[in-house]
Amino acid sequence: MKPRQKRFLIIGIVIAVIGAAVALILNAFNSNLVFFLSPSQVARHEAPEGRTFRLGGLVVAGSLKRDGVRVNFDVTDLAQTVPVQYEGILPDLFKEGKGVVAQGKIENGVFMAREVLAKHDENYMPPEAAEALKNAAKNATESNAKAAATLKP
Amino acid sequence: MIPELGHFALWLGLGVALILGVLPMWGAARERADYMGLARPAAYTLAGLVLLAFLCLMQAFIAHDFSVLYVAANSNSLLPIQYCIAGVWGGHEGSLLLWLMMLCIWMVAVARFSRHLPMPVLSRILSVMGLISVGFLLFMLLTSNPFDRLIDVPADGNDLNPLLQDPGMVSHPPMLYMGYVGFSVAFAFAVAALIGGNLDATWARWTRPWTTVAWLFLTIGIALGSSWAYYELGWGGWWFWDPVENASLMPWLLGTALIHSLAVTEKRGSFKSWTVLLAILAFSFSLLGTFLVRSGVLSSVHAFATDPRRGLFILTFLTLVVGASFSLYAWRAPTVGLGARFALISKETALLANNVLFLVAALAVLLGTLYPLLLDALGLGKISVGPPYFDAVFMPLMAPTIFLMGAGPLVRWKQATLPELAVRLRWAAAVTVVASVVTGWLAGQIHVVATCGLLMAFWIFTSVATDLWERIRPDGGGVAVLRSKLKQIPRAMAGMMVAHIGVGVFCIGVVMVKAYEVERDVKMNVGDTTTVRGYTFRFNGVQDREGPNYSAARGELAITRDGQPVTVLHPEKRIYKVQQNPMTEAAISPGLTGDLYVSMGEEVEGGAWIIRVYVKPFVDWIWGGCLLMALGGVLAVSDRRYRRKQGAAV
Repeated sequence: MKPRQKRFLIIGIVIAVIGAAVALILNAFNSNLVFFLSPSQVARHEAPEGRTFRLGGLVVAGSLKRDGVRVNFDVTDLAQTVPVQYEGILPDLFKEGKGVVAQGKIENGVFMAREVLAKHDENYMPPEAAEALKNAAKNATESNAKAAATLKP
Repeated sequence: MIPELGHFALWLGLGVALILGVLPMWGAARERADYMGLARPAAYTLAGLVLLAFLCLMQAFIAHDFSVLYVAANSNSLLPIQYCIAGVWGGHEGSLLLWLMMLCIWMVAVARFSRHLPMPVLSRILSVMGLISVGFLLFMLLTSNPFDRLIDVPADGNDLNPLLQDPGMVSHPPMLYMGYVGFSVAFAFAVAALIGGNLDATWARWTRPWTTVAWLFLTIGIALGSSWAYYELGWGGWWFWDPVENASLMPWLLGTALIHSLAVTEKRGSFKSWTVLLAILAFSFSLLGTFLVRSGVLSSVHAFATDPRRGLFILTFLTLVVGASFSLYAWRAPTVGLGARFALISKETALLANNVLFLVAALAVLLGTLYPLLLDALGLGKISVGPPYFDAVFMPLMAPTIFLMGAGPLVRWKQATLPELAVRLRWAAAVTVVASVVTGWLAGQIHVVATCGLLMAFWIFTSVATDLWERIRPDGGGVAVLRSKLKQIPRAMAGMMVAHIGVGVFCIGVVMVKAYEVERDVKMNVGDTTTVRGYTFRFNGVQDREGPNYSAARGELAITRDGQPVTVLHPEKRIYKVQQNPMTEAAISPGLTGDLYVSMGEEVEGGAWIIRVYVKPFVDWIWGGCLLMALGGVLAVSDRRYRRKQGAAV
C-alpha cells in the first residue's frame, strides 16, 4: 500500500468508528431522555403512556400512608394532585409538606415511582418542584385559587 | 484580625500573580534574563501568600470565629476538630481557596523540580500558571470572599452539612482537586511550547511525569468519592452518573488519553499537535467541571452557589481560557508538523484508536451532562438523562478499548503484522474464554453482562501475562536469569502493566456487582430474620446513642451463615442537633469476595423498622482496581530516566 492510500484508510477507519459511536450515542440518548411533568400536566394527560418520566411537587400533608415497605402519598402543585406509590426506603429528607421529585410511570391513574430522589439539604427545593409550583400558581391566579386554598404547603 | 490578614494576603497574592503572569512571559519574548528571573521568586511568594490565607481561614474554623460569614454558615461549636479543618473546603468559597492552594502546590513543584528546563520555557510555564491564578483570585475576591464578616455575629454556626461530616470529606476533595488542577501543568507546558515553538520529544518527556501524577491523584480522588457515596448515601450505589461525577470523569477520560498519546510523542515523535490539543482539552474540561459544580447550574450536594454573578464569572473565565488557548493552538499548531510516519498495523495506530475511543467517551458524557442544562437554559422544558443512557453508551465503547488494552502493548512500534500478533496472543485468548465461563459457572449462573465483563478482565490479565512472559522468557539459565530479567523491566513498563491489571480488577468488581448483587427492603420486628444469598440477618432491635453533635438510633443486626455467626452490624439513623436532619449511616462488613451492607429506613409501628439489606459481591474490587491504576502511575513516574534526567518528579 502506498502511504497516501494508507493515510486514507486510517482516516476512513477513524471516521467509521466515530460515525458508529455517534449513531450509538444518539440512539441511546433518544430512548433514555426522561421528561419532567407537573401534577397539572399529568391531570391533562400529557404523560407519555408507558414511558418513565419525572413528577415534581409538594407532598400533601397527611397523605402519607405506609404498609410495610409500600408507601403511598400524594404529590400536588396546589392545583392538581397525583397519587404516588413507592416500594422501599424514602430518602432521609422526605417530609410531608416539602418538595419532592419522583421518577416512574403512570399505571391506572397511580404514579408508580421507581425512585424518589433525595435532596441534600433541608432548605433546598428541587428546581423541578419549585417550577411546578410556580406554573400552577400562575395558572391559579388566572382562573381561581380555590384548590390552592384548601391545601397547606 | 486574622481573617483580615487572610483577606489582605489574597489581594497581595493577586498583585504577585499579575507580576508572575506578565513579566516572565514578556522577558521570555524579549530574552530579558532579569524579567525571567522573577518567575521563580514570584511563584514562591504567591504560594506563600495563598498558604497564609488558607491557614487564616483554617484558624477561623478552629477558633469557631462565627463573625466570619463562611465559618458561621459551615461550622458549629459542637463540630469535631477534624471536620472543622475539613470544613475549610466544605463550602463554595473555601473550596475555591483549596483549588488555588493546589494550583500553588503544583506551581512550586514545577519551580522546584524543573531546574534543568531552559529558562524561557520555565518562565512561560510559570507565567501561564500565574495567569490562571489571577483568574481564580479575582473570582474569589470579587464574588466569593471566604473572609467576609458578619455585622450581627450569631451565637453559633449553622453547622457543616451532615452528609459532609465524614472521613471522606478530609481526603476526597484535596485528592480530587490535586488531580483536577494538576492538568494545569500539562496545559501550561503545552501553551509554553506553542508560544516558544519548541514542541518536540523533549517537551513530551518533560510533560509526561506531571501528567501521570495529576492523573493518579484524580484517579484516587474519584475512587474516594465513589466509595464515600457508597457507604454514606445509604443507597449502596458506587456511581450514579450524577452531573458532578461526570464533571470529574470527563477530565479523567481525557487525561487517560493524554497519557497514552504522550507516550507516542515521546517514543516516536508522532501525534505532536494532537497531544498538545489533548493537553489543552484536559485542562479545559477541568475548568468546565469547576464551572458545572461551582456555578450553581447543577443542583446536588456539591453545588453551593446560587449567586448568578458567580456562574457568569466562571463562564467568562472558561471562555477566555479555552478561547485563548484554542486560538493560540490554531495559530501555532500547523507549524508543529505531524511527526514520524507509521504503518496501518502498529502500536501507533492502536494508541490512536485508544485516543479516539476515550475522546468519544468523554464527548458522550459531555452530551448527557450538558444537554439537559442547555434545554433548560433555552426554556425548552426540563428533562434528565439518566444512568441507562450512560450505561448504553459506555459498555460498547469500553469493550473495544479493553480489547485494545490487551493487544496494544504487544504490537510493535512503527510496523507489525496481524498473523504474528494472533499467534502470540492465542493462549491468552483461549485462557480468557475458559476462565470467564468457569467463573460464571462457579458463581451459580452464566450471566450475559457478567460474562462480557469477565472476558474483558481475563483478557487484560492474560495479555499482560503474555507480555511479561515474552520479556522474561527463560532461554536457559533458570530462576536466577528470570529474576535478573524481571529486574531489567523498566519501571514505566511495570507501571503500565500494573495499571492495566487495575482496569481488569475494576471490571470484575463492576460486573460482579451489577450481575450478582441482591438488594432487599424488608420490614423487621425485633427478632425477625431474613435470608439473602445464604446469609441470615437477624434484627436485634434499636438502642439510643449520643454522638458529639448528633443523637442516633443504633440498630443491631446479627448475621449468620449455616448457623455459624459471621458478624454483627450496627447501622444508625442519626439526627444532627443543629440542622435537625435525619441521616442514614450504613453498616458494612467488607470482604474480598463481597460486602454485606445494611442500612435503616424509618421506624414503622411497634418498634419495627424498614431495613435495607444488600449482598454486594466483589464490590471492593472496584476501588481496589482504581488503587492499582494509581499505583501503576506511581511506578511509571519513578522510572529511572526521569530521576536521572530531571530529578524526582514530585
